[in-house]
Amino acid sequence: MIEIRDIHKYFGSLQVLKGIDLNVEKGEVLSVIGASGSGKSTLLYCINGLEKIQQGSIRVDDVDVHAKGTDINQLRQNLGMVFQQWNSFPHLTTIENVALSPRIVKKKSRAEARDIAAAQLKHVGLGDKLDVYPSALSGGQQQRLAIARALAMEPEYMLFDEATSALDPELVGEVLDTMRLLAEEGMTMICVTHEMGFARDVSDRVAFFHEGIMEEIGPPKQIFGDAISAHTQKFLANVR
Amino acid sequence: MEQPINFFSGFSFNDLLFLGEAAGRTILISILSITIGTIFGCLFGWILQVSGTAGAVSVGAFLDIFRSVPLIIQLILFYNFAPMIGLSLDPFASGVIVLSIYAAALVANVARGGIEAVGRPMRRAARSLGMSYWQDMRYVVWPIGLRAVFPAWVGVALGVMKDSALVSVLGYVELLKASQILITRTQEPFIILTVAGAFYFALSYPLSRYSARLEERWSQ
Repeated sequence: MIEIRDIHKYFGSLQVLKGIDLNVEKGEVLSVIGASGSGKSTLLYCINGLEKIQQGSIRVDDVDVHAKGTDINQLRQNLGMVFQQWNSFPHLTTIENVALSPRIVKKKSRAEARDIAAAQLKHVGLGDKLDVYPSALSGGQQQRLAIARALAMEPEYMLFDEATSALDPELVGEVLDTMRLLAEEGMTMICVTHEMGFARDVSDRVAFFHEGIMEEIGPPKQIFGDAISAHTQKFLANVR
Repeated sequence: MEQPINFFSGFSFNDLLFLGEAAGRTILISILSITIGTIFGCLFGWILQVSGTAGAVSVGAFLDIFRSVPLIIQLILFYNFAPMIGLSLDPFASGVIVLSIYAAALVANVARGGIEAVGRPMRRAARSLGMSYWQDMRYVVWPIGLRAVFPAWVGVALGVMKDSALVSVLGYVELLKASQILITRTQEPFIILTVAGAFYFALSYPLSRYSARLEERWSQ
């Protein structure tokens, strides 16, 4: 379970998160929507400790992410993250991209790491691309590679930061399908997304962020059909 | 009638061996300086990259001195002033030290460029997989950055090799000094400088060929 308590986050004097409270249960799929600059991506970065917070706390399975004694590298293995830019390691083949972390972080043998990598690549539909370099893959394939790379660490949580925003429109579908697959398999997911169809169909809950505040959270039906906040209504009216 | 004393004699096979031996010394001093300079250059480059403004001001300024003062002045100053602080070094040791610092100053900027070539998103992606700072450096930043700046590093290495000719001013008999000695005796500067130039080319060419092949392989 991820427990977020009253977190405040500043970039210099600019406050980007203004007191967020949120629980995400095991097995839940939460979509986070909102305009650019509303703080939704920053929230993800704070959850796995890539960004520091100035106030509040974030606990993942009862471990305080931002506490001094926390082994952040250990913790991150349990929090897979997929970014807007896929960030494939260009000097490694597809299978090496995925096998690297299991090998060096989890200290698996080369053979074992390759087996894990091959299985995860098959999982995301790249089973026939094991030995090609990322430069030979499309954006959608590279993003699925990034998902496989995160999954290879066997995380219990996955954080998606606008995973389809940088993709050509015709490539969005394959990545969303992979995310859907994970959701069906019971993965706990927090998806920052602009894909309203995905948020509506796949999420258990949808959170709407506005200027660093979580304006509203609820089941998709409520957010998309019967939003209370005027900001939410306005945002949804504009994206439709 | 007496034979006139001949002060000058023509270029002979033995002279070629003499030049070959000197080329060996050029290789030795170059390999040592480039290796030491690269190790320290990477360290300085890393310091420049992580320490931001503070590093640029302190380490950067220090390295700028060695990059901007002509090497020949550095060599003569170091060789003549080192004994004053109790270091009595022969020309070879002085040459290696000065060339190494010079190479380190040049490599530092290349190394910083290499680290910076790996963007923040890439490094965050590596860290998000649970890699430590040093694992990220070793397995992601190093290989990607190396490929990005390898041509620049080869340029530095070739430059240092050619600049090693300046150690001749300290009396170290490397390729250029050997050529000067032979020219004085034979009065045949054209042949000897051509041969010496050919030696330099023979030393540089394999390195630039090898690097071109590496780049080709990496670009696949």
